[in-house]
Amino acid sequence: MSEKKRLNMRKRYELLTRGLAWEPSYQPREKVFPLELFEGIKIVDWDKWEDPFRLTTDAYWKYQAEKDKKLYAVMDSFAQNDGFLNLTDASYINALKIFVQGVTPIEYQAHRGFAHLARNFAGEGAQIACQMQSIDELRHTQTQIHTVSNYNKYFTGLHEPFHMFDRVWYLSVPKSFIEDGRTAGPFEFIVSISFAFEYLLTNLLFVPFMSGAAYNGDMSTVTFGFSAQSDESRHMTLGLGIIKFLLEQHEDNVPIVQAWIDKHFWRSYRLLSLVSAMQDYMLVESPMSWKEAWAIYFEENAGALFKDLARYGIKMPKYHEVATAEADHLSHQVYGILYAASHAAGFQTQIPTKKKMDWLSEKYPDTFDKYYRPRWELWREMEEKGKRFFIGALPLDCQVCQVPMVFTDVVNGNPMEPSYQVSEYKADKYHTCSEACRDIFEHEPEKYSQAMIPPQQIYQGNCGGEAIPDVLDWYHFTGGIGGEYKGSIDETNWKKWHGGNTGS
Amino acid sequence: MATNSIGDYPEKITDTVENFNGNQLLALDWDDHRGLGGAPSLVALAPGMLFSSVVSDVMPSLFSAHPDWVSVDWGTVKWVLDGQVFQPNYDASLEANGIGHKSFIRFKTPGLTGFNGSLN
Repeated sequence: MSEKKRLNMRKRYELLTRGLAWEPSYQPREKVFPLELFEGIKIVDWDKWEDPFRLTTDAYWKYQAEKDKKLYAVMDSFAQNDGFLNLTDASYINALKIFVQGVTPIEYQAHRGFAHLARNFAGEGAQIACQMQSIDELRHTQTQIHTVSNYNKYFTGLHEPFHMFDRVWYLSVPKSFIEDGRTAGPFEFIVSISFAFEYLLTNLLFVPFMSGAAYNGDMSTVTFGFSAQSDESRHMTLGLGIIKFLLEQHEDNVPIVQAWIDKHFWRSYRLLSLVSAMQDYMLVESPMSWKEAWAIYFEENAGALFKDLARYGIKMPKYHEVATAEADHLSHQVYGILYAASHAAGFQTQIPTKKKMDWLSEKYPDTFDKYYRPRWELWREMEEKGKRFFIGALPLDCQVCQVPMVFTDVVNGNPMEPSYQVSEYKADKYHTCSEACRDIFEHEPEKYSQAMIPPQQIYQGNCGGEAIPDVLDWYHFTGGIGGEYKGSIDETNWKKWHGGNTGS
Repeated sequence: MATNSIGDYPEKITDTVENFNGNQLLALDWDDHRGLGGAPSLVALAPGMLFSSVVSDVMPSLFSAHPDWVSVDWGTVKWVLDGQVFQPNYDASLEANGIGHKSFIRFKTPGLTGFNGSLN
């Protein structure tokens, strides 16, 4: 038996990702890959596509199986030892509710999106990279569901994330984000997800959730985070590789890619405004503030990245300075509306504790005491009079990002002045939250005028009825799972389990 | 610039007025009072509704939770309709006042600056 010579990694990668396809002869190429040309992107040589990890399918299965074994062992031991009782507080679970309701279904949509790309990109290297990312995203969906299913036995709001994602008002923010990419062409999708979301901003999603989990005794979610982290770094590296590949293929690609970076940076950023609220307010113990995370993960990292991309003629995303200026305000504005509308939500909210308020003052010395502490004091006064504040009508949502229009003109020094904009299209008005969302609307009004905006859908009678209880039934939010945290089912159970009074 | 698409892009506008069962949408926001959640309110109203009814029957459910509400001097309120200064006729309908589907009314109440003057 002769000893087989081991191939080096590069050679193996080349053998396993090249020369697998053929030139079609029964059908013209553009019929076999019908989505390759319509976006205007020019690919001269698909073989220049390089997966920086040079991961082959056999190695992929081996790594992932190892990680799954470890993850499920930790999850089992967490469940067997009643790990949920060691959380800092039951209110922490509200952050996890937003995660499983809003992020997990995005992972699933990303799985489908990358499978679509694996079929529609004409280069084999790209097909294989997309296929593996597609499997990653499906695996993340499953492991997230398994991580959360243990908590689902004890807490509300975790029961039907996919049903909720398709119906609930605040979940239309992540839903419209991913569907914007998925209804675009394959190149725009990959710039949206792999570059704007994963490369530029994914740390802003994963770091607060995973280190937030660690700070709050949620070892199950921490372990999931570690298990996904190596995939995420591969996705990020791929995201950068894709941008460089597109820019190097043809100079005509540069303005198209720049416009997609501008748009999807802003779409991703507005989506992450929900994360900012979760991070600063819903975590009982917060490892870092949104503002600190933005400074590290966007301002520093992206600053260096775009210096590198300048040689292709790529500039920082349009309106990035607005996002940076908003870092001092974002979480306060967004958690404010979540607090005031949680009677229609699948999670509970409360006025920050004194300790949390002091932490917010410390982290936001220029803004919290001046603008947002008075808002909480007003709401505390109402609560003390027995009138816990909830908004009296549906809010006006932005036509593009679909966040209720709470954002203000921070960048021009008017933080208490709304920044809303209006556009006209075919004799109707369209309201947007900012100049950036307005620009996105006006670039493709025929797309965004089709948006399903939750308050409008409720008023059209498409959501189970016009009264809030009817809509909540249609969301499957029955049994009082939203509203005020104090006195909620979750707080009541938590106190019972810990031998305190029942909170009623 | 038009949306890139394979073939003709389907034309479908989701929120035309015909879809609201005889009503039209109106957004309302009270300047210098971010403490009501921070987002404008959206309501669906009959175009024939009198402006006076909007003030007496609709606006309280949106804004009266705020302690400043009882101090509003309606004679001095400054109205802005779709970005233009506006003098509503209280005895006329929304339609006759030029308030259309998805119009946006902002109002300012001079002298009232929110909770403890914080614009909240």
